[in-house]
Amino acid sequence: MTTGIITALGTASSNRWGRATWLGLIALALLLAAPFTGVYTEFVLHALCLALFASAFNLLFGFGGLLSFGHVAFFGSGAYTTAYALKVWGVTPEVGIVLGMLAATALGLVFGALAIRRQGIYFAMITLALAQLLYFLFVQAPFAGAEDGIQDVTRGRLFGLFDLDHPLAIYYVVVAICLGGLAVVQRVVQSPFGHVLEAIRENEARAISLGYRVNSYKLGVFTLSAALAGLAGSAKVLVLQLATLADVSWHLSGEVILMTLIGGVGTLAGPVIGAFVLVGLDTSLAESGIASGMVQGALFIACVLVLRRGIWGFFADRLERARTRH
Amino acid sequence: MSERIETGADLLVVENLKAWYGDSRALQRIDLRVRSGQIATLVGRNGAGKTTTLRAIMGLVAREGSIRFQGRELVGLLPDAIARCGIAYCPEERGIFPGLTTEENLMLPPVLRPGGMSTAEVYSLFPNLHERRRSMGTRLSGGEQQMLAIGRILRIGAQLLLLDEPTEGLAPIIVEQIGVAIQALKARGFTILLVEQNLDFAQEISDAFWMIEDGQVVDQMDRTGVVDEAALSQFRKHLSL
Amino acid sequence: MIEILGVSSQALWGQLLIGLINGAFYALLSLGLAIIFGLLNIVNFAHGAQYMVGAFCAWIALNWFGVNYWVALILAPLVVGALGALMELLLLRRIRDLDHVYGLLLTFGAALLIEGSFRQFFGSAGLPYPMPEQLRGGRDLGFMVLPNYRAWVIVASAVVCLVTWLVIERTKLGAYLRAAMHNPSLLQAFGVRVPRMVTLTYAFGATLAGFGGVMAAPIYQVSPAMGSSTLIVVFAVVVIGGMGSIGGAMVTGFGLGLVEGLAKVFYPPASSTVIFAVMVIVLLLRPAGLFGRVA
Repeated sequence: MTTGIITALGTASSNRWGRATWLGLIALALLLAAPFTGVYTEFVLHALCLALFASAFNLLFGFGGLLSFGHVAFFGSGAYTTAYALKVWGVTPEVGIVLGMLAATALGLVFGALAIRRQGIYFAMITLALAQLLYFLFVQAPFAGAEDGIQDVTRGRLFGLFDLDHPLAIYYVVVAICLGGLAVVQRVVQSPFGHVLEAIRENEARAISLGYRVNSYKLGVFTLSAALAGLAGSAKVLVLQLATLADVSWHLSGEVILMTLIGGVGTLAGPVIGAFVLVGLDTSLAESGIASGMVQGALFIACVLVLRRGIWGFFADRLERARTRH
Repeated sequence: MSERIETGADLLVVENLKAWYGDSRALQRIDLRVRSGQIATLVGRNGAGKTTTLRAIMGLVAREGSIRFQGRELVGLLPDAIARCGIAYCPEERGIFPGLTTEENLMLPPVLRPGGMSTAEVYSLFPNLHERRRSMGTRLSGGEQQMLAIGRILRIGAQLLLLDEPTEGLAPIIVEQIGVAIQALKARGFTILLVEQNLDFAQEISDAFWMIEDGQVVDQMDRTGVVDEAALSQFRKHLSL
Repeated sequence: MIEILGVSSQALWGQLLIGLINGAFYALLSLGLAIIFGLLNIVNFAHGAQYMVGAFCAWIALNWFGVNYWVALILAPLVVGALGALMELLLLRRIRDLDHVYGLLLTFGAALLIEGSFRQFFGSAGLPYPMPEQLRGGRDLGFMVLPNYRAWVIVASAVVCLVTWLVIERTKLGAYLRAAMHNPSLLQAFGVRVPRMVTLTYAFGATLAGFGGVMAAPIYQVSPAMGSSTLIVVFAVVVIGGMGSIGGAMVTGFGLGLVEGLAKVFYPPASSTVIFAVMVIVLLLRPAGLFGRVA
């Protein structure tokens, strides 16, 4: 699994980019050592959950070419399902997470089937509207606890054995979940399925003429992306022990797009970098009292105008250029 | 090369013109001169760069080099500014706007300069358009659409008309009507730069030919009093290559 | 009193009227979105923010400068339109040749920036805006009491929509606009200053949103979030109607407002979701939208 993670943190091909592999290794080492360095582990875990969420979104947008503006629906449904299952049914954490993922997968199948009926900007608007529909359902549904959401979720014992309230236990479990999710994204991108997706993104008409059932591929990647977003939501519940309306609000859909954009659309490391940057930024903004929307909006504009390849894309270009010069 | 006929001063001078579609270079180097009052024709095979030359003159593609119209440099100007200099463009695909009637299509281009034709004059040149003025422009026959495409740029007040393959896909009788109309336009004082695949048609009406191949001018011929059969057969050979 | 399915006719008419008012805003906003999309090929995510800025302009005009509603109704949309023009010139113009997705992301960023700025300076709480004196009270129509201001909103937006539609369909200016939507470069080759037209069109769409915002100020509270929540519903409206038809956008807007009103009467919990539900049904039965053509 480790090599998978390294390349997931690096980029599509680790053989080609030696330096990226090294960067990935260093990042992994830092991540594993973090609890002993005195950093605020909850911050790392929260950022890691959002990194998985952003990577799931990026699988759909960056590799599948489909811009979902309502990805929060899957993150949120995963979070609420897991929170409810843990708190009300008292299931063990692994069952809670599987249930959360299943809910997100089912929802992804339904939303995806609806959204792929239209293309381009309509796709974005439909996903946004569907997510808003879900938001209003959660506002009203009795089980979702309205404005309070589901709070004080008990983490329980993993497989009935490991008490997740132990700081190191929760840390490594969530790290494992998120890295596992990232590895899945990486494997999918490099699989034949991923190559067909790329062909569809480059030229949909041509992919159709080559005999690919384009809509099945789109629905497939949409559902997979939803499942991983759900996993991220479930993991987030384990970390923060709550699910609230913020987890289904359109703001978070916007943030996940911004993370991907800042880090680098269509790269494996980009969304991870973007998630850490944005969570760090949000944390420091919360202390400064500056409305985060203002800063996020400015970042969006800056990314679109001058940094379309994102931070990672920018450095990857540099690395590539340095390599070709040798 | 044959002897030139003085029809007037150079109206359009193109020098070392290059053009691109995205990253791919469509024109290597185009040099040509169109004299005032002439009908000049660009000939060449499909994909040689004839249409691109017209589009480059009109500012519709990325270009480099020099295009001087009445001494004024056009490279660097936007299409609307070029139109205001006195050039009008009729595209190969005719570009009739859907949702507008024949008359609305005809009246759509703004009158930019004095000296253009009046609507009545356009109708007398193309009586079919008058008959069908209330029909939707896209409902007209191919020949009528071509007349509309030419007719609507006559009101603008341009001196130079860029006509891209006005006879493409039309029946011989319609081609003849278009030919008569183009000659009438010349008689009225318009200078015309034509792109034409139909060499017989072009030979009837043109004063000068420019042969384009792979984005470059490879040959040039002026029409003398007597048609130079040798030069013409040379041209035909180029085309059939 | 007459009752329909256990609902008093008074309540029914009242909710239908509220639905019609919401519909008026949906129509105004989706009209602007459709016009901007038609020419710029951009889904203007900043449309909700522009609507909100319109409302705030009216509030600021009244509270800081003592400028009344009627003056604000003219001035605020112009201010929003000018800001829109500036946005087109400084931002949107730079990404014209890129994938349409970037237009969407850029305007979304602008929306966040604008909304965030107002939250920073005015707080998140709603600010009240008083009804203009001339339009307070209402008249008894026999079957219901019609508040004057609401009647005004419905009539005024219907008139604005209708005039816009007439200008686009029946005038030379509208013919330019329709031609530019179809083939902008050819129109520019005819000597029309298309880039300027693009700026003005975007500004006009923003102006319509700003106008909607001023009209909304006395009905809803003026708050930074008022735009985004409305805009998401308007997106659903636009998916239902399809953006290909200017007239269709207006009809769908008013129609869905009424549907929302009916939901409030017969099953109130569904009122916030009914438009999204209609969108799902339309996607299943007629994927191209009611007025759209299959691509």
